[in-house]
Amino acid sequence: MTQQELIGQLKIIVKPYIQDEEAFKIMTPETDFINDLKINSANLVDVILDIEDEFDIEMDTQSMEKMLDVKSAMDIINAKLNV
Amino acid sequence: MKNRVVITGMGVVAPNGVGIEDFSEAIKKGTSGIKFLQQLKDLQFSCCIGGIPPITEDLKAQYFTPLQLRRFNSSSILYGCIAGIDAWKDAGFKVNKDSDVDFDSGTVFGTGTSGVEVFRESIYKIDDHKVRRLGSGAVVQTMSSGISAYLGGMLGLGNQVTTNSSACTTGTEAILLGYERIKAGKAKRMLVGSCSSSGPYIWGGFDALRVMSYKHNETPEKGCKPMSAEAAGFVPGSGAGALVLETLESALERKATIYAEVLGGNINSGGQRNGGTLTAPNAIAVQRCITDAVKDANIEAKDIDVINGHLTATVKDGLEIENWSKALNRKGDNFPYVHSLKAMIGHCIGAAGAIESVAAVLGLHEGFIFPSINCETIHPEIEALIAPYKIPRKMIKQPTNIVAKASFGFGDVNACVIFKKYRDSSSLKNS
Repeated sequence: MTQQELIGQLKIIVKPYIQDEEAFKIMTPETDFINDLKINSANLVDVILDIEDEFDIEMDTQSMEKMLDVKSAMDIINAKLNV
Repeated sequence: MKNRVVITGMGVVAPNGVGIEDFSEAIKKGTSGIKFLQQLKDLQFSCCIGGIPPITEDLKAQYFTPLQLRRFNSSSILYGCIAGIDAWKDAGFKVNKDSDVDFDSGTVFGTGTSGVEVFRESIYKIDDHKVRRLGSGAVVQTMSSGISAYLGGMLGLGNQVTTNSSACTTGTEAILLGYERIKAGKAKRMLVGSCSSSGPYIWGGFDALRVMSYKHNETPEKGCKPMSAEAAGFVPGSGAGALVLETLESALERKATIYAEVLGGNINSGGQRNGGTLTAPNAIAVQRCITDAVKDANIEAKDIDVINGHLTATVKDGLEIENWSKALNRKGDNFPYVHSLKAMIGHCIGAAGAIESVAAVLGLHEGFIFPSINCETIHPEIEALIAPYKIPRKMIKQPTNIVAKASFGFGDVNACVIFKKYRDSSSLKNS
């Protein structure tokens, strides 16, 4: 899976939760879930559950805490998938 | 001077009609919303019939965003939000998520228990060591005040936002709590009502108590028989009812439709004394609740045209009629008309008082007395107290002035509210 494809998949996952359409349209690895996409902080746990389901992985508490932007989400997913 | 309180909007989600128009049509015709439920049969319930409001996915999407519906699985909150939003719009208010907070408006929206479906899912996950998989919605959907929290946000309410809970009295109590807050000048408007979930997890305990009807699984629409000699227990229902209460002053200023006036009422408890228990009523307290409601409303017992009873179709119906008869000192031909909406929709538990109050107010507003169906043979205890024609078996098209609505619940709790048809300033209650 290319990094472009991974971003594409993440976009589908976060779409229901985002509250800033403009930031969502131009989502890059630097995009922050809360500050840019305006995802409600309580919904971040739902994003994580959806990522776990989509990639069939399980995140530990430390990974969950780090997952605040697209890049960290990509790093965590890549690391889990390459284990 | 204390504020007069009127009803300016209503919403309802009932087994026999969703929305005021359909519901009004259904209760006039005596349409039952009770159906055979295969799920109850599969789970080996003795009562396999019940009332579930028909809600389509399309309808849900009109009230909730896709985000709100993700991992959403609480039927009580679903019904409560639909009824509450409908009532708010019916009163002439807009629903806009970017509106300013309205500190003059609040809600008392009750429920017996919230989000039992989500509780079930959560418990399975927790026991499977997957507490982290509960998601963000587990708390807000299972907290008792989930329904008032959802409505408060959807409508931007800035006055008191709370949930009351008093078993089957909940809905009627919510109306009186909102009424008292407005009367005392602490709010201009209160959205009041209650909601109750559908299904085996909310109804199971009642099946176990053997208070539900198991004799009519083949004839669901005939299963709930309040006041009948063949009454065989209650039939479970679910849904929500909502009313917008408002100061008369504010309603007139806005030129709002006024459905009826809330004249007053009473809430009390029998203290589980004098025959009262966790599950049975203290008759003295029930009678006192009714007489105190009459006093509070500043009317006389003879002024009551219609009793919208609690009347669940159990062995206690006779006692309820006796309590009304003693409290009002009226019997035979002098007894008011009396009916039970439960014959059509079952006992909607925590939602009962609110849905039944919506029916009571519709009757006043449109000038009809809905039929009390499934009462072909009146129970002899009741027939000994009141003239048979006082239980309308067919709809009576007739203007009425005052309805008394009462609900009684587990814990030996009682509530009685008095509604009056609103005419105009010439019918001022103190004039």
